[in-house]
Amino acid sequence: MADKRKYVIPGDVITSGPFRPEQNVVLEGNNIVATAVGISEIYEDSVKVIPLTGKYIPKINDLVIGKVISHTSLSWELDVNSCYVGFLPAQDVFGRDFSTHADELSSKLKTGDLVAARIANFDRTRDPLVTISDRDLGKIDDGVLVKISPSKVPRLIGKKGSMIQMIEMATNAAVTIGQNGWVVISCETEEGLSKAKRAVEMVNEKAHIANLTDLIKDMLDGKDES
Amino acid sequence: MGGRDATMVLLDENGIRCDGRKVDEPRRIMIKAGGLKNADGSAYIEFGDNKILVGVFGPRDVHPKHMSNTDTGILRVRYHMEPFSVGERKNPAPSRREIEISKVIKEALEPAVMLEKFPRTAVDVFIEILQADGGTRCAALTAASVALADAGIPMRDMVAAIAAGKVADTVILDVNNEEDQAGQADMPIGYMPGLKKITLLQLDGVLTPEEYKKCVDVGVKGCELVYELQKKALHDKYFGNRGD
Repeated sequence: MADKRKYVIPGDVITSGPFRPEQNVVLEGNNIVATAVGISEIYEDSVKVIPLTGKYIPKINDLVIGKVISHTSLSWELDVNSCYVGFLPAQDVFGRDFSTHADELSSKLKTGDLVAARIANFDRTRDPLVTISDRDLGKIDDGVLVKISPSKVPRLIGKKGSMIQMIEMATNAAVTIGQNGWVVISCETEEGLSKAKRAVEMVNEKAHIANLTDLIKDMLDGKDES
Repeated sequence: MGGRDATMVLLDENGIRCDGRKVDEPRRIMIKAGGLKNADGSAYIEFGDNKILVGVFGPRDVHPKHMSNTDTGILRVRYHMEPFSVGERKNPAPSRREIEISKVIKEALEPAVMLEKFPRTAVDVFIEILQADGGTRCAALTAASVALADAGIPMRDMVAAIAAGKVADTVILDVNNEEDQAGQADMPIGYMPGLKKITLLQLDGVLTPEEYKKCVDVGVKGCELVYELQKKALHDKYFGNRGD
């Protein structure tokens, strides 16, 4: 699909013509200009840059891992590794008949708890609204948290999920990847857990290497033999 | 202005300057992107004998809260000279000059940085002058731009900067400390090479309209040289062993 891939820095002209500017590009006159350090991709009618650096900016429908930092009588606040805090309303957890008198928020989620959540709404006027009322979402009870750079999440997932499937298959671990760069790994065996953790950390450190998939595979297999 | 050497020749009959450079030759420039682990983005620059380290944080929460803007993010810049950066110890408290340069650099970066994408946040740029030898504001601006790109802050273009000036009635590129002290004019220029727009232009001294135009031309050409080095620094960090 993506033909011309290029390494770009802010200000580089990627192409000119009737393209739709997508992530990390702007239209300057007739030219499409990169606004971040990354890899440019030109599709049939659009252009985007996959960034190689930067903080996590919430996007609607992103799955994120959040940490409860505080709560009021109506909502929780989640640290989602971004410049904005995630806002989780109590109705989302208790349902419609939530009452501030009858329900105590800390009975469901306490400060420090990890949750898998989805960004339900986010615009520039307000903090991101998150929801946990969906399948696979909610409080995370076990597993270890690994923090990686948000710009390396696509690499960890791989093409159509190839990288993460490989890691999960080889270690029997369940890996939940938040788009915000937080990853929770849980596994029944201690060995699988540490190996999956190593693999995720390796992707984070060596995301730029071309044959990373083989490297990770070797690491996963190598440990199996010994 | 002190310590001026009256016998120093700023430009000899062969067109060679006091440090051996030609009139249109910049000093040796080395830029490195990254290097600081705890900052979101960083850069180090050696611009002749100037040595400058820049760290960038953000976008992040604004403290104090009342400084935040609901329409856009804000940019905060601190230019600071180390006590050991100059010959005689400099008091580390921010001087009038440093406060002004912080403002000038902030305003030179603002046209490039797309802060409107992050309302209610701040981007902080910390510039530490480790060693000064004339033209620190240009070198600092150049390095700050690389550090912002390293931090992944969206930018319309990079900002490159260099000074043009006049010594011995001749227009020169990249004014060093001696030429700044004893020369006739010093004109720092900040330039966005992709957009072909000037973001910083100051002038200390007197120039005729013709000399002024020539200074701008020479400065803009110098900025394009600096831009190539900024590009190289970012390519080295991010695409290092992958070629292009």
